[in-house]
Amino acid sequence: MKARVFVTLKPGVLDPQGKAIHHALEGLGFSGVNDVRAGKLIELDLADGTADGDIEEMCRRLLANTVIENFRIERLENA
Amino acid sequence: MKSAVIVFPGSNCDRDLAVALEQVTGRKPDMVWHRDTDLPDGVDFIGLPGGFSYGDYLRSGAMAARSPIMRAVVDAAHRGMPVIGICNGFQVLTEAGLLPGALMRNAGLNFVCRPVALTVENSQSLFTAAYRSGEEIRVPVAHHDGNFQADDATLDRIEGEGRIAFRYAEQVNGSARGIAGILNGAGNVLGMMPHPERAIEPAHGGSDGRRLFEGLLEAVA
Repeated sequence: MKARVFVTLKPGVLDPQGKAIHHALEGLGFSGVNDVRAGKLIELDLADGTADGDIEEMCRRLLANTVIENFRIERLENA
Repeated sequence: MKSAVIVFPGSNCDRDLAVALEQVTGRKPDMVWHRDTDLPDGVDFIGLPGGFSYGDYLRSGAMAARSPIMRAVVDAAHRGMPVIGICNGFQVLTEAGLLPGALMRNAGLNFVCRPVALTVENSQSLFTAAYRSGEEIRVPVAHHDGNFQADDATLDRIEGEGRIAFRYAEQVNGSARGIAGILNGAGNVLGMMPHPERAIEPAHGGSDGRRLFEGLLEAVA
């Protein structure tokens, strides 16, 4: 079974990287981009039946820094 | 004073820190590998050096903070042992939960590598007793992720409790409230982005960092 963990900066946390991407998009002539926030996608290949709680614990203890980041887990049951 | 310097894969200021400690304390520190699980007997000071532990994978300091030796470091810190984390060491201390906040990418996105002016905000700590409060010193920085951030309540608390040890006296990396170094609640753990170990003799271009180690030696010995 596979799971995807999306790690994103909490709202309000300054994202210099997202800002730079935003500027670059504008430089390429893409108008109408209001804001850009950059995050991470982590794919986990897990033993079947891994509990949700275990994946959450992985996020809390290592994959995300909950001081500045939020995480969202997406289970891909048949992957 | 017997000190230990923790060495992670990718640490690159461990030897500079060891030289500074040996010069000031007269005693070679024990170099402790990240895979070790115990600190050497009789250690009374721990230094976490700068560098790029684990290639800054995931987040700066994230992997190092979960390495085996860090359990012993966290226990020792909770027992009151003085611990300093410099640059990557500061990032490791926040990731390990010994210090609040997080160190994010510099606001200007550039790696900043130059001597900067710092204001000593608190001269009452173990680490800053040899400085005067409000004194301006020059110490080099060399980092990409030195932008200290925490929520307002945390910032108010550490500021109110006098836990800001050093503040940048110039614009460096976008850190909240110009924070360059902070103490834990008990005052025995200091994390700072600037490198005092790179400013211990005139040949370095300045020796303002030396007093940090001298003050510490006096406090601990």
